[in-house]
Amino acid sequence: MIFNLYIFDRSGTCVYYSEYHRPRKATLSQDEEFKLTYGMLHSIKSFVTRISPKPVREGLHYYKTSTYKLNYFETLTGLKIVLNTDPGVGDIHDLLQQIYSQIYVEYVVKNPLCTPGEKITSELFETRLNALITSLPYFAT
Amino acid sequence: MVVFGVYVINKAGGLIYGQELGATPKLRANDRLTLASMFHSLYAITSNLSPQVQSSGIEVIETDTFKIQCKQTLTGTKFFVMSDPAHTGLDALLRRLYELYSDYVLKNPFYTPEMPIRCELFDINLARLMEQYESGRALTATF
Repeated sequence: MIFNLYIFDRSGTCVYYSEYHRPRKATLSQDEEFKLTYGMLHSIKSFVTRISPKPVREGLHYYKTSTYKLNYFETLTGLKIVLNTDPGVGDIHDLLQQIYSQIYVEYVVKNPLCTPGEKITSELFETRLNALITSLPYFAT
Repeated sequence: MVVFGVYVINKAGGLIYGQELGATPKLRANDRLTLASMFHSLYAITSNLSPQVQSSGIEVIETDTFKIQCKQTLTGTKFFVMSDPAHTGLDALLRRLYELYSDYVLKNPFYTPEMPIRCELFDINLARLMEQYESGRALTATF
């Protein structure tokens, strides 16, 4: 099961958010939730770098609780893709990389109408992303 | 050494036991304390941010260099171990760790709950458990 997807840019603004399944409705306003999520990821990142016995390269891959798994992918430019799935889903690091290289780069970076740092409004981006995500075998189960 | 470190956090978020094992570089005592309380708050936030109802906090964190597995008891004490990312089967280790904690810490009349663990028997048995674990033998009670 795929719950939701966040894309944060390097300065921490949420440039894209999409919800697929969400059994528990948000208790905070959307803006507050983005801030809390980004802040939490930032702390996890610093926690991970500080506690790691060896120097980290990519850092966090995922964390898992009893009911969900947060998959994390960060590019060298600081773009962060965060996908929440149920904890049974395996390693989807490649999928996040694919979202970045085949969808984000193609339809946002190469799109002259998208301004960096602003919400992604491109319909083409949204359709392609949804097509990819809904086609996944674990999308709804 | 596949297990890098073992930590116990009390219900208020204070580190009551922490140790890096074998050749793992030692953290400074101060860093260890801040990292433990950081983990405690991350645990609380992650359970709050869940898209699913009634989530626990972090159970596993995986990065390219290590993995952390955490278990929280009903009374709010958290145990977490840090190991190699490819390693599986930390569940059993955490369960045995909890057993040692209940046997040699909680049953120790000189131990004050929620305070740092300074119990010789716990140290000895933990060392024995780790030795047994690293050698790949099944974790059974041998005491």
